[in-house]
Amino acid sequence: MTMKGYKDLPEGGVIPEKGNSVLYKTGEWRSMRPVWHSEGCVHCLMCWVFCPDSSIKVEDGKMVGIDYDHCKGCGICARECPRKEKALQMVKE
Amino acid sequence: MASEKKQVAMTGNEAVANAIRQINPDVMAAYPITPQTDIVQFYSTFAANGLVDTQMVTVESEHSAMSATVGASAAGSRAMTATSSQGLALMHEILHIASGFRLPIAMPVVNRAVSAPINIHCDHSDTMAALTTGWIQLYGESAQEAYDNMIQAVKIAEDPRVRLPVMVCYDGFITSHAVENLVLVPDDAVKAFVGEYKSEYGLFDFEKPITFGPLVLPDYFSELKAQQSDAMLAAKEVILEVAEEYEKISGRKYGYFEAYKLDDAERVIVVLSSAAGTTKAVVDELRAAGEKVGLLKPRVLRPFPAEELVKALSGAKVVAVMDRAETFSTQGGQLFAEIRSAFYEASKKPLIKNYIFGLGGRDTTTSDIRKVYEELKKDQERGSVDRKVTHLDVRV
Repeated sequence: MTMKGYKDLPEGGVIPEKGNSVLYKTGEWRSMRPVWHSEGCVHCLMCWVFCPDSSIKVEDGKMVGIDYDHCKGCGICARECPRKEKALQMVKE
Repeated sequence: MASEKKQVAMTGNEAVANAIRQINPDVMAAYPITPQTDIVQFYSTFAANGLVDTQMVTVESEHSAMSATVGASAAGSRAMTATSSQGLALMHEILHIASGFRLPIAMPVVNRAVSAPINIHCDHSDTMAALTTGWIQLYGESAQEAYDNMIQAVKIAEDPRVRLPVMVCYDGFITSHAVENLVLVPDDAVKAFVGEYKSEYGLFDFEKPITFGPLVLPDYFSELKAQQSDAMLAAKEVILEVAEEYEKISGRKYGYFEAYKLDDAERVIVVLSSAAGTTKAVVDELRAAGEKVGLLKPRVLRPFPAEELVKALSGAKVVAVMDRAETFSTQGGQLFAEIRSAFYEASKKPLIKNYIFGLGGRDTTTSDIRKVYEELKKDQERGSVDRKVTHLDVRV
């Protein structure tokens, strides 16, 4: 990402738009990442319920992937996955 | 030029309260502290009598007064408060927020010594400790100058090139409570001069929602400080433009400083605020006796007009910078340090020395000032200063 020079930033540290925190990528410092194995997933959405950062992507009531821009790699999703062969597994970045 | 030239008798605080009445801010936060108290006391009477539309907010401390002012200003209104001494010290963290948010707040600060020991009288230890808060600082010698600076401060602060808060400083009791003759600018002329305040952003602008005060980490913090520094530099130009425009409605001239009989002066005193009045009397007396003496009275300390000060003082042989506040650096006062530093690159440097004087309201009389000029004369003859830093009026 190209960062703006000081003359191009809004004065006073003001954020002059609404609802743009989604643009701030907070997952960049992650050391572990969850990998989703869709074949073993039963779409129980326990990972979605427990994810503290709303980083489990769901469409039409089904798990569809992980938002790696905001996932911090905490591993809660992998731990809470109820399948014996975990559908979410943590790997090193 | 103003057609109305009627003189009125007012204290400095009454004059400043009248300037604020003419400016008619949207919000005024009020918390008392001597010797500022009666600015807001006068003002609350104006508000109660319906002379202004201002929302008065009585708060429980100066920390809250500045916080309320910051909130009101961030909401998009023209907001003010006033303070002195411990009050300014208590607001200190919020001073940084006002400037960091780029809020154009104009605030009278009636200079008073900071405790301990507790004291209610004038020195400059309060505003000198606020030089690094990102506020513009204007200093005035008299009730007239305090009044004139107050009106100009609003226009300087709100200029889109600046958008920085301004302190309007003048001496506690000496200026704030003594009655002087002065000329007010007519109400409608002040109203037209300051105009309607239009903020760039406002928390009440529901069409354009914004965030004030988000966390800014190392990736952007330096850039925002660079913006503040640029704005302070831009203020140098704006201060002169506003002064020129103000001259048209008042007939009174302002700049970065006042040069009094400075052109061919060999021995010069640099001093802020009311003590400059005392110094002028001594300059007149010594000039009548053929002595080449002069005075430079700074009006603007932030931004610091270093080049202009050096140019104005470059003809002098010996300069005494007088500071009405200690820094405890053991190397002299703040004004001394900055002026002396400004001369570092100059090819022609006068001898320069420092006097600390008038702390806690100690009277500075014409005989004190005469003593300084006498010492400067000896320094000039000797070709060196006897002492770099002298406490002018301390008993030994």
